[in-house]
Amino acid sequence: MRDYSTIQELIELAKNAGSISEAVLNAHAESGEDREEARRRMTESLTIMRESVKEGLNPDARSVSGRVGGQSHMLLRAVKQNKTVGGEMLGCASAYALAAAECNACMGRIVAAPTAGACGVLPAALFSVQEEKGYSDEALVRALFTASGVGRVIAVRASISGAEGGCQAECGTAAAMAAAAIADLAGAPIEACMDAAGFAIMNIMGLVCDPVGGLVEVPCVYRNIMGVACALTAANLAISGIRMIMPVDEVIEAMRRVGRQLPPSLRETGEGGCAACRLYKQEDPA
Amino acid sequence: MNIFDIIGPIMIGPSSSHTAGAARIGRAAARLLDDEPVKAKITLSGSFMRTYQGHGTDKALIAGILDMPVDDLRIRDSFEIAQKKGFEYEFILEDIPDAHPNTALIALEGKNGGCVTMRACSVGGGAIRVEELNGLAVSFTGAMDTLVISHTDAPGVIANVSSLIAGLGVNIATMQVFRRNAGGDAVMVIETDHAPDNDSVRMIRRLRGIRTANLLLKL
Repeated sequence: MRDYSTIQELIELAKNAGSISEAVLNAHAESGEDREEARRRMTESLTIMRESVKEGLNPDARSVSGRVGGQSHMLLRAVKQNKTVGGEMLGCASAYALAAAECNACMGRIVAAPTAGACGVLPAALFSVQEEKGYSDEALVRALFTASGVGRVIAVRASISGAEGGCQAECGTAAAMAAAAIADLAGAPIEACMDAAGFAIMNIMGLVCDPVGGLVEVPCVYRNIMGVACALTAANLAISGIRMIMPVDEVIEAMRRVGRQLPPSLRETGEGGCAACRLYKQEDPA
Repeated sequence: MNIFDIIGPIMIGPSSSHTAGAARIGRAAARLLDDEPVKAKITLSGSFMRTYQGHGTDKALIAGILDMPVDDLRIRDSFEIAQKKGFEYEFILEDIPDAHPNTALIALEGKNGGCVTMRACSVGGGAIRVEELNGLAVSFTGAMDTLVISHTDAPGVIANVSSLIAGLGVNIATMQVFRRNAGGDAVMVIETDHAPDNDSVRMIRRLRGIRTANLLLKL
């Protein structure tokens, strides 16, 4: 059997295959699609992700409501002027996450990863780490396979839908996928890569989905920044050799239970959380 | 669960359910029309009705009817494109009782007098489910190449269709039959592993008891 539905099964397969990305690719090929075709599609996804970041940085883009667009350009400018804290890498990661999310909000072309609302986390993590460490695009494509394997387990065992599991299911899953991808790029052992995903989920556990006006704008685009920061820090924990004290599958199960415990008002209905806040009048054209 | 449903779809934002799913719903309706669409009346229900403007649900539905895929950047400009083509549309905001929160009801008219009414919902991640076809309750997703055949409920009609498909060497993955009442209107929904060609669909149309046969290519 080459398929997996838990992190533990994916770890076993990865040990036999030599890497997580190879195990994910093997299992995918089992379902009938050619390996080369799968690599081609994943490479195309990486290309679209890069374009979505670039398009999102356009200072003139605006979403239908007018609340989103141009912010990532402002953020990147502040980073380049050395006004922000945390160094250029974190600044760029934040700006890229916001950019792809803005591209999405402004009806640009994006890659849902795992969802459209959380589409900024994975590209931001990959491209900022690539700039810092010089990884090749081929390495990034392998990291995307690793990320997709982690995301697939979460989708099967818990949920990747904000309406079912809150934002932890969307930005949280994206952060877990990105954390595993970065740890893998950095050469961490297989278990450590999965622990990176576990740390990310642990740290984002319970985050609610509360879109203002029911739209994929605020807080969604800013939560993508939180997602990439969560992914980078979780990857660093695992890379340094710090281990999770519980199995990652248990943390995913906890995330599923927490999602079910969230009241409907905090699951994408646009009723609770930030969605219930009064808005400044001049900023409320909706 | 396919890994390209996790990293993917490649789509026009902002929402897989309210934008990509809406485009797929529009495309399904157009493919079930089998005519060049010239006029649409679209009822939006539930969350579609409340948030359609901010999600571009309306633009995506029109784009889908004009046969654009979910990653087509022209989705943003679908209203202008429709206007240039002389395609007329009207949106009605009305809750459909007991419908899924993301539901659209589309009545399409074609250039050569064709018409179809389809109700579908967007169930998440860009996936859709067609729930009603010309007033008849059905259930299919368009995730595979799908033959949708309206026919009269009579002995031998289904056997004739399936033996014709077998003769083409096409493998049937799943098959469902929906009917209004015994001897009345019925719909066959056949998902295949690879799509029969247009000639084959025309052959199906000529079989006894068949009213319409349309191929809904993987959306």
